[in-house]
Amino acid sequence: MKKTNWLLLVLALVLSMFLAACSGGSDDTSNSTDDADTEETDSGDSSSEEEAATGDSEQVLNLLDTAEIPTMDASLATDAVAFQWLGSTTDGLYRLGEGAETEPGIATDHEVSEDALTWTFNLREDAVWSNGDPVTAHDFVYAWQRAVDPDTGSEYGPYMMNGVIKNAEAVNAGDVPVEELGVTAEDDYTLVVELEKPVPYFESLTTFGTFLPLNQSFVEEQGDQYALEADTLLSNGPFVITEWNHGEGWTLEKNEDYWDAENVKLEQINVRVVKETATGVNLYDTGEVDRVNLSAEFVDQYSTSDEYRIIEEPTLFYVKMNQENEILSNVNARKAIQMVIDRQGITNTILNNGSIPSGGHMPKNFVQHPESGEDFRELNGDLVQTDVEKAKELWATAKEELGIEEAELGYLGGDSEVAQNMDAFIKDQLEQLEGLTVNVESVPFQVRLDRDTAMDYDLQNSGWGPDYIDPNTFMNMYVTDGANNKTGFSSEEYDSLIQKAGDELALEPAERFDAFLEAEKILIEEEAVLAPLYQRARAQLLKPYVKGVVVNPMGPDYNYKHAYIEGK
Amino acid sequence: MTRYIIQRLVYMIITMFLIATLTFFLMKLLPGSPLASADKLSEEQQAVVLEKYGLNDPIPVQYYNYMVNLAQGDLGISFQFDNREVTTIIMDRIGPSMQLGIQAMVIGTILGMLLGLVSALYHNSPLDYTSTFLAVLGQSIPSFVFAGLLQFYIGVKLGWFPVALWEGWEYTVLPTVSLAIFPIAIAARFMRTEMLEVMGSDYIVTARAKGVNKFGVIIKHGLRNALIPLITVLGPLAIGLMTGTLVIENIFAVPGIGEQFVKAINVNDYPIIMGTTLLLAFMFIFIILVIDLLYGVIDPRIRLAEGE
Repeated sequence: MKKTNWLLLVLALVLSMFLAACSGGSDDTSNSTDDADTEETDSGDSSSEEEAATGDSEQVLNLLDTAEIPTMDASLATDAVAFQWLGSTTDGLYRLGEGAETEPGIATDHEVSEDALTWTFNLREDAVWSNGDPVTAHDFVYAWQRAVDPDTGSEYGPYMMNGVIKNAEAVNAGDVPVEELGVTAEDDYTLVVELEKPVPYFESLTTFGTFLPLNQSFVEEQGDQYALEADTLLSNGPFVITEWNHGEGWTLEKNEDYWDAENVKLEQINVRVVKETATGVNLYDTGEVDRVNLSAEFVDQYSTSDEYRIIEEPTLFYVKMNQENEILSNVNARKAIQMVIDRQGITNTILNNGSIPSGGHMPKNFVQHPESGEDFRELNGDLVQTDVEKAKELWATAKEELGIEEAELGYLGGDSEVAQNMDAFIKDQLEQLEGLTVNVESVPFQVRLDRDTAMDYDLQNSGWGPDYIDPNTFMNMYVTDGANNKTGFSSEEYDSLIQKAGDELALEPAERFDAFLEAEKILIEEEAVLAPLYQRARAQLLKPYVKGVVVNPMGPDYNYKHAYIEGK
Repeated sequence: MTRYIIQRLVYMIITMFLIATLTFFLMKLLPGSPLASADKLSEEQQAVVLEKYGLNDPIPVQYYNYMVNLAQGDLGISFQFDNREVTTIIMDRIGPSMQLGIQAMVIGTILGMLLGLVSALYHNSPLDYTSTFLAVLGQSIPSFVFAGLLQFYIGVKLGWFPVALWEGWEYTVLPTVSLAIFPIAIAARFMRTEMLEVMGSDYIVTARAKGVNKFGVIIKHGLRNALIPLITVLGPLAIGLMTGTLVIENIFAVPGIGEQFVKAINVNDYPIIMGTTLLLAFMFIFIILVIDLLYGVIDPRIRLAEGE
């Protein structure tokens, strides 16, 4: 009978396992934070020039990312994660700092020629790569040539450089050799860039990942292995990647050889890949990470916390309307659709993460008038007001003009849960218009892009984030036959405004800005090409001891160069 | 026996070839482009990039090239992780998934069998009811519910084990337990039913009548016979666990292959889709072979091709 007891013991163990899963709610100790602390490798006070402001706190920042770094090769990078960590480890000509102003990087200053086509950058002589090589103008020439070289197969190279850097298009098409690209090293520390046309925002463009320098001899020596592991990449910026466990996370440490190392306070950044928001929140609550982004369902729970904050992003979402559709070719029908959607309802009920209703095709707090400093959005105001009665009137007019009683429109939307909720909500709103039936189709992102390119849609929930800080990044999308237009919209007046802004007004910042203001009115108010929905924001929790992290509107989401830990 | 195994290996190669072919063509039917920023590039610019990956070739040519490389053991390079070899990516990721899967299987099977055994031996007693109830619970509640509960109560509230991440042995505990719940339930239910049946059969009664003690009979005769249906069920389940489960890996931030596979499909990373499918297919076929051989070990009546 002894063996029966043994079996009972095992059973008891099994039972306790189940019970453990369902109990323990009352015990609110947080001793797991102890575990978290021991994980951080001790790197604290090794450097003596630590500034007083940082106090005794260990200068270690623990972060999450939702995806593995796809690549650390600046020529091949396309996504936020890659640009983030490239930006933290590499200085370009300039670096994006506080208030989206550029701050010195490898370049100390630059001169622009009279015709604004030639930019001459003066580079600092004290910048070095992490293998000891100096950072020179040749590193930029090599990197930019590589980005548009068709053999590299870069996506962002041609996207960012074609039409900007002289001959980029021809080089990418393989028509002329890469040496023809408009970038040359006058000497080791003078970089001369020739542009295709005046580009007023070129200075901010140089902070972007695709324009970062590459050490030619190192890249060529590594060949296919370049930037695949921590030891096959080089850094010239504030931090170096010292450990990279694919899929799991990576560790950055302060680069002691960085030219501006004395202003870098953080000793170490640990990043772990966590995809699930709930998991991230649990890790934040146990103190293992210092920041976590919240999805809508967590906002109510945490929005009263002192550690809760909202970060406005310059990313817009809107309904695209295909004018090849007979109903949508009618401007009154399009206006009715614009006006009938309750955008406040979308941001308050569906998103609930700090996103705000958008009233045009330019985000709030993104670009300011060069003279008055007023915000673009302030100047043009809300070009669309939700007004259901007016919308119904316009819709009636449209039906009369079209000679129809009933209308059916397809609606292409995303397949995430939030997207589906939002699209169901918008469908309800639209169907307030008498006789209109909306058929929602929820498809994966790639499918939506395909159908956008083929213009195989009636209505489409679409979004756009900027690639550089200039109104042009939003406004040039809708020129006639623009690669991202795909609405069938074509207006000579609009085209000529955008054309002028890129050409004869390029050196007249104020007039140029006015041209964009005018263009937006045509796009949204007069022609109702798009129905604006909302400007995205991210809700997040941030530990109060994390200071000095700069949030960028484009490129890397955050700049950690000046970050530090205080009072942990 | 050797001949049988060789024969099976030949079938395996043919099966793998068919799976590779089928997957290749099905994959080409996936809508969308493998480019990350297809929305931003003109068609000419896209063509330049696709050229580099050989995606402008006619599909039969692409198929031929792929199969030739495959025969040489080259799975190609990933699209989403530029230049990284598919083999490296899969090898990086399969480790954690297999470790969790094996741990969960071993724990799950052992505990489940014990639970089932207890149920069977104390048939219709409170013990039996309790363990049956637990088994039903384990089978009907999805593992991510357990995972969420374990993470919150054991990880956050009690702090006994790490909440998530993958940095050492203690980090595998909660995901393993979450994954083990299902095999426990399955094993317990099968074990109970089979044992009840076996224990009532004539040879057990005879053995008992001859004076062999109860536990000797259970171990030597009962258990062995009850194992056969269990192995049939658990084999495929083991593959499912070892090849990674998207949900558990996401909840515990485990750098496993399950999540990787799903993402590859979403972003049209053709080489990763192919590589992972082939690996999973291979493991599946291989385990089925192992199971077939195991049958022979457990049950002499079905020992294969012996004495031919």
